[in-house]
Amino acid sequence: MAHLTEGAEGLRSVPALLARNATQYGNSPAYREKEYGIWQSWTWAETAKEVEELALGLLNLGVNEGDFIAIIGRNRPYLYWSMVAAQSVGAIPVPLYQDAVAEEMEYVLAHCGARFAIVSDQEQVDKVIEIQDDLHQFEHMIYLDPRGLRKYDHTRLHQFSHVQEQGRAAREEFIKELDARRSKLGYDDTCVMLYTSGTTGKPKGVVLSNRNIIETAKASSEFDHLKVDDEVLAYLPMAWVGDFIFSIGQAYWSGFCVNCPESPDTMMTDLREIAPSYYFAPPRVFETQLTQIMIRMEDSGTFKKKVFDYFMEHARKVGPAILDGHDVSAMDRLKYKLGEVMVYGPLKNALGFSNVRVGYTAGEAIGPEIFDFYRALGINLKQLYGQTEASVFITQQPDGEVRSDTVGVPSPGVEIRISDTGEVFYRSPGVFVEYYKNAESTADTKDAEGWVATGDAGFIEESTGHLRIIDRAKDVGAMANGAMFAPKYVENKLKFYPNILEAVVFGAGCDRCCAFINIDLAAVGNWAERNNIAYASYQELAGHKQVLDTIQAHIEEVNASIAQDPMLSGCQVHRFLVLHKELDADDGELTRTRKVRRKIIGEKFADLVNALYDGSPSIYTETEVTYEDGRKGKIKATLEIRDAKVVPATPQKLAAE
Amino acid sequence: MKDTEGYVTADGRQIGGTLMEMKNITLRFGGVVAIQDISFDIREGEVRAIIGPNGAGKSSMLNVISGFYTPSEGEVWYKGQKRPPMKPFEVARQGVARTFQNIALFEGMTVLDNVMTGRLTHMTAGVASQALWWGKARNEEMENREKVERVIDFLEIQNIRKTPVGRLPYGLKKRVELARALAAEPSLLLLDEPMAGMNVEEKEDMSRFVLDVNDEFGTTICLIEHDMGVVMDLSDRVVVMDYGKKIGDGTPEEVRNNQDVIDAYLGVPH
Repeated sequence: MAHLTEGAEGLRSVPALLARNATQYGNSPAYREKEYGIWQSWTWAETAKEVEELALGLLNLGVNEGDFIAIIGRNRPYLYWSMVAAQSVGAIPVPLYQDAVAEEMEYVLAHCGARFAIVSDQEQVDKVIEIQDDLHQFEHMIYLDPRGLRKYDHTRLHQFSHVQEQGRAAREEFIKELDARRSKLGYDDTCVMLYTSGTTGKPKGVVLSNRNIIETAKASSEFDHLKVDDEVLAYLPMAWVGDFIFSIGQAYWSGFCVNCPESPDTMMTDLREIAPSYYFAPPRVFETQLTQIMIRMEDSGTFKKKVFDYFMEHARKVGPAILDGHDVSAMDRLKYKLGEVMVYGPLKNALGFSNVRVGYTAGEAIGPEIFDFYRALGINLKQLYGQTEASVFITQQPDGEVRSDTVGVPSPGVEIRISDTGEVFYRSPGVFVEYYKNAESTADTKDAEGWVATGDAGFIEESTGHLRIIDRAKDVGAMANGAMFAPKYVENKLKFYPNILEAVVFGAGCDRCCAFINIDLAAVGNWAERNNIAYASYQELAGHKQVLDTIQAHIEEVNASIAQDPMLSGCQVHRFLVLHKELDADDGELTRTRKVRRKIIGEKFADLVNALYDGSPSIYTETEVTYEDGRKGKIKATLEIRDAKVVPATPQKLAAE
Repeated sequence: MKDTEGYVTADGRQIGGTLMEMKNITLRFGGVVAIQDISFDIREGEVRAIIGPNGAGKSSMLNVISGFYTPSEGEVWYKGQKRPPMKPFEVARQGVARTFQNIALFEGMTVLDNVMTGRLTHMTAGVASQALWWGKARNEEMENREKVERVIDFLEIQNIRKTPVGRLPYGLKKRVELARALAAEPSLLLLDEPMAGMNVEEKEDMSRFVLDVNDEFGTTICLIEHDMGVVMDLSDRVVVMDYGKKIGDGTPEEVRNNQDVIDAYLGVPH
């Protein structure tokens, strides 16, 4: 019974945290959802009651301990309650991506053998009905929104509110059982099972224990001083581990309020109304917002534009320093205060960032300009590095040590190790228990001592202790002289320029790196328009001398920045060309999620790659293209190849050569 | 089908008794006969379509039902009573709401305000108290706003609640018009070419909303439509008009096999 006495402050499960919150923070808001144009809210005490009624209803339906309950839908309080109600009766919630197609759901539901599903609406009900005949263990489905479902066969289909009603009615009968099951929940029992999206092969069910979730939530809440009066907006998929940690783990540990948007389309309006104090978004969201601000500022009056530009320049200069608590002259501070009144404050208000105390971004590299823009405004945006297998947190940036090119220091309780091959390994209390029914993969990922392989290559900066991620470990290669070749690292740096849409860097096994560049038609076209440069086609614009000059300047800037880095200075781009066509998934050059397929591009444009390396000043080429209707055609072009200035590598690198 | 008890549709919905009956309606504009001696009924809970080639008199018929035109001859019976000549707003008060073929919204007002106008027939507070937003007017507005919000939720237009209608694309404007008509909580909803000018996806959305309205609220719907595929999928019974005359009436299946209807649509060799 040892496991029943341990646990952070004696709290060993999410239902236990709920019970604590219901007494300790009874009248504080736990959930809000905008419905019918008004923010409806539930206090912790009300939440505890809702969850209990649902749990009783689940007992009434015959949920056993250890059953899996699938949860499918967008972020709604009812679905969060469903997860906690499932845990309360000893079942394991399995949130699924709501946009998954029926076959994907079938794999997951069959793999975990779910007996129950709690889903949002008719769309999800239809998907589950479509596959339920092939699911032998599947029994009952509960839905939230009754719209369109009245005529469905209700023998195995139940409305959420009815399940709660029946739970209420059967309280006398089941409350003892519920109390018994709740008090039995141990620190090493499963808290949740999350399926990884499965970019390689079938999705894997990551089993996370109460220990994983609660220890992680506790450590990360303390790291960022999250409190009961914080506010988050829950808008990222419920099946994603981040949402589980933010909206369940940390929310139940700290007792803060989870706000659910009215609909996916109203997210931006809801964000402004809620003005969260703790916010997470992938780089893409920040990027889109910044582009929108810039477009609107271009369209605004001259005076407003001048004021905006003037104060933004000042903010870029001193904003991040003020945020990090560095020394800034009184004059600059005064000017920044004025800017706050004139520009930064109203802008943050319009974006919904007025109250953001802690903001995170993760998932992929964020452009330094984008990152600095938000920090200049005084928004404490930081980066973190995490994985489902780690219950999110591996590293994160502490306040005052924020930079765009690192992912921070190890989170509290996390140990980091870099293997000889450059791969990052970690060990922490948040490390997952296992992949469900997949001992082989578990053994491949996690060793006997609990070290987990991330699959990412990186290194720790000696001076600061910050981790820097370079690339996926399997993409990192070596150049002819043995120096590290990390193409994605260079490509990302290039892609941060708005003019560059895609970049493909070659150099594995060669003595130097060369690159293909795709220009961004929107950005370059806009520039051409403003400068009265006429062009008839993408190809013509891509071959324009001034465009090539601009791209060359970008590449040389990137080279200079790469040269700062002793490990990667070999990856500077020596020669480049601007491709005559856009890389396209229809031609097999990109994946459907727009990731560059380096190998296929290298083979398809072998003549161009040769020309890059043999020193010729231009090359004539013919390329087959597939049109959207499936017809094929040929593009002919003569491409100019240019040399980019390379910055001499740092002294110790020269010595090594 | 002629029984007064109603009938059961192919998908198992129970259709009630007669809600509205048009008896020998004729409509003339000077010498032009727009509608000639047409009789048909609309039953409670059904989706009734009026179809026909251009100039057949469909819109005129809808205008007779909505009270915009007074028929030259014939009687309109509504809820078991003969309807005297009425102004359109009086017809609206009786629970008949409509949308227009060429969208008649207030372009400068927000979606929310436009939909609120649909509640006008349910508001009774005086000008003074409305201007001051006090007492009865205040309660009334809150009550009506709640009803409007349910419609907004139902038609999934929350994200454009505060957007001026003039800024919306055509397909969404059509949906806002439907929202305004629904806000009136009508017993009979008239839709004048709800899918005209829409792309396939917008048509599918609109069809789903029409069916959902009928299903969720039990609203009786009478619609005019050009797109035959849509009509056949949506409606329970169809009236076919040509040159102001009724040439067919029955289930979509019956109408599709009616030789007169085929001739009217495809033309006949003379």
